[in-house]
Amino acid sequence: MLELTWLIPALPLAGFVVLMVLGRRLGEPLAGWLATAAVGGSFVASAVVFVGMLGRHGEERAFSQVLFEWVPAGGFSVDVGFLADPLSVTMCLFITGIATLIHLYAIGYMHGDRDFSKFFVYLNLFVFSMLMLVLGDNLLVTFLGWEGVGACSYFLISFWHTSDANASAGKKAFVTNRVGDWGYMVAMFLTFTALGSIRYVDIQAGAGGLATTTATAITLLLLVGAAGKSAQLPLFVWLPDAMAGPTPVSALIHAATMVTSGVYLLTRMNPVIAVGSDWVPTVIAVVGAATALFAATVAVAQTDIKKVLAYSTISQLGYMFLAVGSGAYVAAIFHMVTHAFFKALLFLGSGSVIHGLGDEQDMRRMGALRKLLPVTSATFIVGWLAIAGVPPFSGFWSKDEILLYAWDLSPALWAVGFVTAILTAFYMSRQVFLTFFGEARWDRPLAEAAPDLARERGVPAGSADGEAEGRPDGDEAASPTVVNVYESGHLPHGVGPLGPIQPHESSWTMTLPLVVLAVLAVAGGALQLPFTSGTKRLEHWLEPVVAPGEHHLAVATGTKWALAAVAVVGGLVGIAAAVALYLRRRRAEQPAEPALLARGWYYDSGLAAFAGGPGRIAFDTLAWFDRTVVDGAVNGVAWLVRGTGGGLRRTQSGFVRAYAGFVAFGAVVVVAVMVFRGVVL
Amino acid sequence: MLAAVSSGWYLSLGAVLFAMGAAGLMVRRNPLVMFMCIELMLNAVNLTFVTFARRLDDVGGQVVVFFVLVVAAAEVVVGLGIIVSILRRSPAATADDASYLRG
Amino acid sequence: MSAVLAATEGAHATFPLLTTLVVLPAAGALVVGLLSKRRPELCRTVALLVSVLTGALTIATLVAFEAGGAEFQMVEQYSWIRDLGISWHLGVDGISLFLLVMTGVLFPIAIIGAPAPHDEKPFLAWLLLLEAGCLGVFLALDLFVFFVMFEIVLVPMYFLISGWGYAERRYASMKFFLYTMFGSAFMLVGLIATAVLHGRATGQVTFDLVTIASQQGEIATTTARWLFLAFAIAFAIKVPLFPLHTWLPDAHTQAPTAGSVILAGVMLKLGTYGFLRFGLYLFPEASAWFAPAMVTLGTVGVIYGAVVATMQKDLKRLVAYSSVAHLGFIVLGTFSLTTQGLEGSVLQMVNHGISTGALFLLVGMISDRRHTREIAALKGLQKVAPVFAGVFTVVMMSSLGLPGLNGFVGEFLILLGSFTSARWWSVVAAAGVILAALYLLWAYQRTFHGEPDPDNEGFREISLREGLVMAPLLGLIVFLGVYPKPVLERIEPSITALVAHVEGNSDFREPAVDKTGPAARSDVYAEAESQGEGHGGAGTEGEGEAPATDGGAHDEEGGG
Repeated sequence: MLELTWLIPALPLAGFVVLMVLGRRLGEPLAGWLATAAVGGSFVASAVVFVGMLGRHGEERAFSQVLFEWVPAGGFSVDVGFLADPLSVTMCLFITGIATLIHLYAIGYMHGDRDFSKFFVYLNLFVFSMLMLVLGDNLLVTFLGWEGVGACSYFLISFWHTSDANASAGKKAFVTNRVGDWGYMVAMFLTFTALGSIRYVDIQAGAGGLATTTATAITLLLLVGAAGKSAQLPLFVWLPDAMAGPTPVSALIHAATMVTSGVYLLTRMNPVIAVGSDWVPTVIAVVGAATALFAATVAVAQTDIKKVLAYSTISQLGYMFLAVGSGAYVAAIFHMVTHAFFKALLFLGSGSVIHGLGDEQDMRRMGALRKLLPVTSATFIVGWLAIAGVPPFSGFWSKDEILLYAWDLSPALWAVGFVTAILTAFYMSRQVFLTFFGEARWDRPLAEAAPDLARERGVPAGSADGEAEGRPDGDEAASPTVVNVYESGHLPHGVGPLGPIQPHESSWTMTLPLVVLAVLAVAGGALQLPFTSGTKRLEHWLEPVVAPGEHHLAVATGTKWALAAVAVVGGLVGIAAAVALYLRRRRAEQPAEPALLARGWYYDSGLAAFAGGPGRIAFDTLAWFDRTVVDGAVNGVAWLVRGTGGGLRRTQSGFVRAYAGFVAFGAVVVVAVMVFRGVVL
Repeated sequence: MLAAVSSGWYLSLGAVLFAMGAAGLMVRRNPLVMFMCIELMLNAVNLTFVTFARRLDDVGGQVVVFFVLVVAAAEVVVGLGIIVSILRRSPAATADDASYLRG
Repeated sequence: MSAVLAATEGAHATFPLLTTLVVLPAAGALVVGLLSKRRPELCRTVALLVSVLTGALTIATLVAFEAGGAEFQMVEQYSWIRDLGISWHLGVDGISLFLLVMTGVLFPIAIIGAPAPHDEKPFLAWLLLLEAGCLGVFLALDLFVFFVMFEIVLVPMYFLISGWGYAERRYASMKFFLYTMFGSAFMLVGLIATAVLHGRATGQVTFDLVTIASQQGEIATTTARWLFLAFAIAFAIKVPLFPLHTWLPDAHTQAPTAGSVILAGVMLKLGTYGFLRFGLYLFPEASAWFAPAMVTLGTVGVIYGAVVATMQKDLKRLVAYSSVAHLGFIVLGTFSLTTQGLEGSVLQMVNHGISTGALFLLVGMISDRRHTREIAALKGLQKVAPVFAGVFTVVMMSSLGLPGLNGFVGEFLILLGSFTSARWWSVVAAAGVILAALYLLWAYQRTFHGEPDPDNEGFREISLREGLVMAPLLGLIVFLGVYPKPVLERIEPSITALVAHVEGNSDFREPAVDKTGPAARSDVYAEAESQGEGHGGAGTEGEGEAPATDGGAHDEEGGG
């Protein structure tokens, strides 16, 4: 049964090829169904492989399947091969499972889009790349998938490419990812020179022989790569912008799968991390914790429903890195899986809200949607409780594991994680209350319902239904940044209509995945319950893979319970604060979002200013240097030759007598030289 | 019996003739006169060669004279042809005017 | 065909395939030159026939080539000027084989895909002569023949640029010609000096490359370094290597599309090939001695080319500077002097020819439709011509080294190889991938994304003819990215021999990599291996033939 491993990536690849050729002809919705079937088939194959693996025990659970030799070059040889072991099969299961649900969702979400089939072409290619990433049996095949998902992310973010903002976001994602890819590549080279091979089995076997400095260097470089792909500080800036892509993309790529690649990579390379210097895992943990806290503070002040979730994703990924740094690989994978469930749920739910509200994304225009979008709100609330860490939802168990290991590493890191947990509960509750509870702000024209939002969009206060007459007066008219987005006639994505909105629940293709994910978000905790050894299923399952690096916890049971209780209390505090500030108050009395947080501590704008300012000047200087100095030297040589020639030309006066004079003079010189040299005639 | 004239006199005469020819070449502008000066220089060289041939008792010098005469003759033919065609165009032409070789 | 193949087996070819490769396009040029210029269709047909035939012959060479052989194959040697030891000596080995095929494939594509705007006859005649020269360079094994061929390519390209180029063609063509010839002057001196000094030492003057190269030690070390420098100047200008690169942007930009395709696709490789054959092979000790400097210049070129490319406003000029960056990689790989680095650079020579040739074809199509190359004037083309945008995307991804496409394999091997022998240069050059993404995606965004304005709305979608021209290039881009093994297998023996040659004649030693990996595999995953081999399976989408033999080969290498 394990021989079917190759089928797992093959089916989405087949889907990609078929849809690329026939997609337009198949049209909507057949193209979508075909794509869903391909990924669904891949899920079935993963399940079959999983079942087959259950039948084996211990070390036999690693299955290697080589397709063909890819790059043979002297002492270096790399195959396209797959390694099916507990870790990769776990990843395959939840990747293909969630991808199938999201493909189904997208059939409904992308209904009516001009490029419907092209969307599924990219989605299938993405799933193929992601599966190559996790199934690859060596660093190079993983890198193939790694860059592949980056490219697909680029295509999908800039899917609605007629908008400059989307195109820019896609480019930003790709280029930022590339910075991480640099780290990955150098890590690959270093691994090869130190071990003679980049296959995972060889790395696991040979890691013990690595010098500490080498292992440290490899780990740090991998961290750079992972930080790029998994949106950690300082390379996270692409993820919030990536929300420009359609919501299924945000759910699949930027919540459940692509961004988890970094965590996967570090988990895969845990034997190397284990032999590095002691301070290296701490660095990883600090990066994770800092990112988690940073992103949580920014999420608190976001008004776009997807941006909240984007920063939330960055924050939760920070938790996973914290886990990796604390030696809790199992906890990291556990959280990866539960996060995939509830984050995909939250994103798809937000997509359902956006869809139902006529493409409005700003929470300041939402409110009191609970009764009108029953399934969406119910499932969203499940997701909220999961991410807030309320027991017995899955998020509680996984987050708690991480905090436990963090405590064992350093109470300071635990504290950071704890504060982040409070903030997480707070901002997610804020989101739920603003969107589904409270007063409705969509049943009136925009200028009436949400004046601050109207001002941002350049719609003058008191403008009538659907009309944007007159320019904003006063300072706003003078400000060059306020442009009435409604004037162009072509609404940017995420901007809802001026008039009242009719919210409606989405079709079954969109609500079914929500329900399935909600169930998983509730029950997902069963994977790794910390009570007895029997309930720690995930730990036993992953043990052969993470054994070298997994840290053995030395915390008393009493402390465990105490920490868990504190975490629950913290979550409840966060929720309570949100209740007080957002549920009980009308919009006008709710606290204003502080600009520092809303703008992400000006980190992104700072980077952009640097790139556009000194960065651009530096590049321009180099271009000037090339034009003027280097090329100038070449042209200078030509000028010199011409000049010298021109100067010498003046001796050619055409005056015969002058020539005669030269001849005579020359003759005298020659004779004189001969005479003085004593030449005998 | 007349006393033998030492070769120094011949050489001096040759040098003086050569100098006169060279000076005249550089100073005079009339093309024909410049040609005559060139001839003068060539003949001065002939005289010098013959003197040395006699002095060093080497026939080679006399042979060179023949070469020089031949070259002078050929040069005169071509040169006079060019000058005549230039003067036919503009009778008052001087060497300075014929700057066709100007770079 | 089989007769040709049968004839080419054996140490000495009975049918002079290689000479035909050089003579046929030249004869074709002559024939086209004699045709009437009032019948352009006839000229095109004849030229196309000749170039396709030449291309077929290069493929025949590929088929007849014995993989696993490191020596020169299909050697033809006819004595020419006996007193000076000059002979008409041609041969092909793993290094030149794929360059030949690439040349043979690119020329017909350029002829079909980028026809002359006017005066077909002389255009095609010059192109064919150019092809003869290029093929001759790759095949020459005699110093004199090499120099003749190297110079022959200059004249047609000069006329192509100045006769059919764009606004600044006179300046660009003159600059190109003089700059390259300036370098060749040094090479001529070096070449003659090599032959003379070698002749003085051995008593037998010869211009034969193989003879001189295999008799290392006849020329003093310091002298050899000066001679290498003389050759290197010519090649450095040709490659082009920073800082001798400034002829390239002008020449590429002002050349007609076919000219740019050939210039970028083939002619730049003359320089890198020259470094391999007349640098590493002829002067191994000097190459090893100069390697740090060359590696530095290559790395600088990678970063510099990319940065300057980002600032370009002309689309064609941007692609031209990207070539500087790519060729910087190739030089880095060449002078890393490692097996992986050299294999990568040879592979990348082919890859760059395909990708950048395709890119210039596409830019040419844009410039034909819109009569401008200014990026600022182009916008929103993806909306009106999605298939064209898709093709452009694939080629662009190849150029920036996306794994799965051809550009990646070469780049990876180069960086891996240079990492072992020139670690920090490799680390810096690897950052070039970031910059490549930056300028290419920026250009793509400005040109294709966004809402098209009225000037751009009439942009015609890719036509069938254009699609058929791009198809083989796209196919190669994907094929070489997924399955480069047959190419690498044929390159490797020659490269291994070359590295051994360099090691044997200098102080350089290829850094050994600790090969403990496969041997040290623990029992944990032992049995799973043998189970997996038999089930290599059909693989994904028809890739990967003969899994059984692959599995077997793996077992032989200790499961490597």
